[in-house]
Amino acid sequence: MVDSKQQWKAWLYLAPAIILLLVFTVWPIINTVSMAFLEGYSGLTKTGGDVSFKLGVGNFTHVVAHPDFQQALLNTCLLCVITVPVSTILALLIAVALNAIKPLRKALQTVFFLPYVTNSIAIGMVFAAMFNVIGSVGTRRQIISSYGIVNDVIMALGGDWVNWINSGSAYWANMLVMVVYIVWNALPFKILVLLGGLQSVNKQYYDAAKVDSTPRWRVLTRITVPLLSPMIAYVVITGFIGGFKEYTSIVGIFGEKMGPVHDPGRLNTMVGMIYDSLERDNQGGASAAALILFGIILIVTMINLYVSKKRVHY
Amino acid sequence: MKIVLENLTKIFPSRNKKSSDEVVAVNNFNFEIPDGKLIGLLGPSGCGKSTTLYMISGLQKPTGGKIYFGDDDVTEVSTEKRGIGLVFQNYALYPHLTVRQNILFPLQNLRGADKMSKDDMLKRAYEVAKLVQIEELMDRKPSELSGGQQQRVAIARALVKMPRVLLLDEPLSNLDARLRLQTREEIRRIQKETKITTVFVTHDQEEAMSISDLIVVMKLGVLQQIGAPQDVYDEPANLFVAKFLGTPPINVFDGEVKGGKLYIGDDAVLDVKNVPDMPVTVGIRPEGFVLDENGPFKCRLSNVEVMGRDVSIVSTHPASLNPIIRSIINADHKVEPKNDEVAYTLKPHKVFLFDKETENRIRF
Repeated sequence: MVDSKQQWKAWLYLAPAIILLLVFTVWPIINTVSMAFLEGYSGLTKTGGDVSFKLGVGNFTHVVAHPDFQQALLNTCLLCVITVPVSTILALLIAVALNAIKPLRKALQTVFFLPYVTNSIAIGMVFAAMFNVIGSVGTRRQIISSYGIVNDVIMALGGDWVNWINSGSAYWANMLVMVVYIVWNALPFKILVLLGGLQSVNKQYYDAAKVDSTPRWRVLTRITVPLLSPMIAYVVITGFIGGFKEYTSIVGIFGEKMGPVHDPGRLNTMVGMIYDSLERDNQGGASAAALILFGIILIVTMINLYVSKKRVHY
Repeated sequence: MKIVLENLTKIFPSRNKKSSDEVVAVNNFNFEIPDGKLIGLLGPSGCGKSTTLYMISGLQKPTGGKIYFGDDDVTEVSTEKRGIGLVFQNYALYPHLTVRQNILFPLQNLRGADKMSKDDMLKRAYEVAKLVQIEELMDRKPSELSGGQQQRVAIARALVKMPRVLLLDEPLSNLDARLRLQTREEIRRIQKETKITTVFVTHDQEEAMSISDLIVVMKLGVLQQIGAPQDVYDEPANLFVAKFLGTPPINVFDGEVKGGKLYIGDDAVLDVKNVPDMPVTVGIRPEGFVLDENGPFKCRLSNVEVMGRDVSIVSTHPASLNPIIRSIINADHKVEPKNDEVAYTLKPHKVFLFDKETENRIRF
């Protein structure tokens, strides 16, 4: 216990953090909530004169009724539900493999960690180039056309090229590109966490498993995964939270149109909708959408915690 | 299943590749562990006893030499295929599995002809649990068990697949004194019932002496002596073994043999025939002293400790290599020291002579 006479000192030391949190987190949250419940709230209208807004849930009904909302919700959920398990399982396998090898481990760790320190827009542009089908004009007015590296590989294997992201591309092709991109982008952090977990697992469990003649697959499923379960729960929960906030990755590949040229907005997400509303100066709608997203993340995280309580062994 | 170690050597290379300070953990071991016996590998820390155990288990590869189980050369056989049971120093029970699941784990790994039905597995697990008396704890997690109970679960897990060899690494080091006594009797009992060749590692000489059929004394990777505990105690091969075994420890003096008599300081304390004149190191067990007013060996008395059954006399002598001399005398003798001096005669079979250079035993 801090002596009550000394308490002011504690507050003094905490002050910088508390002031920053109050100004940049608590105050905006309060504002967001109040804006969401003021019907038709707009910052622009408000500054224009003495306008008062009616209290109500109009912003929410407006957002939910918006034609883009369902598509955005579907996109967000699909991306979450596919990418989180895929990236977690891949990260687990890669972490186990990295942990098992001795030569080149450091070098490979660096390679796998690179996406984490690379700008996601830059990665998006590289991915767009990989999947892009382009016809461009060369120096001497020649037409240089490319189907993109991915299609080159598919064609080299005898397959037919796919229109991944260009005008006229199919929804599933767009989604597949997004899934590959998001999974690849999510891997390094998960590998890092799981590898850290693996390295702190007592080696004697593996010696004991050896003495007990345990097959490799069983060592993975019955020993490694349960012992890593706290870390797995952690990457799954943070993965879902990050997944529901997916936005930059889509901008990275499709640009701010949030979709292929012929169908802009097709790959819009919840966060994308919030930005759209802000662009239209509809702060009330944006706040309402943000609160809806918050509610979804809250529920999903609670489900995650409930499940992990049953499955996590510590 | 007898175990034969032949020229077994383990060298740990130095961490720094340029320097040559490699560590010879086990140096050219040769011995045979008879079938169905309980063997204690004994030595101070760093003597290579755990390394020897882990080489028998296959978890560590020997640098040289061979290991046989019965007539099979298992040197190149991986741990998984050796059919051993191993109890780790801190048990290494799987923390996420219950006691039952921990014990079942090795059985569930059996493949091919050895594969068991679920009922058989449960039955076997229960039998083993009963043997180590934990059948009431089957649904608990390891974290809900005391140290002694965890120890038994670890033994049960090692025994359940009926290993050819049971290995225990410092099995009692995590237990408190009372539990240690109880558990070592338990290990003895289980070993006698199962008749599995068992090797255990310990640095506690009392523990090793009390339950082993044979003890193997090691020092710095070199085998010092093998034998039944009492034989090793009564006939130590060298000064190290004499010093390592026995509580209270043996008393060591500078001495000299002159004309068939052993001198400690100026006192001729014992007749030693057949020993040439030479300086020697003398070891006398605490129980080798007999109080005798006219005895030849005179020490300066510092303290008498009465312990009920025995009396422990603490004295000093200029030739002693230890700060104090401790002798244990039957409490029937009344100790009435005069002039701070105490005189003894010595029991010849409790006195050992060692070469000053080689520290090997000189028999007389």
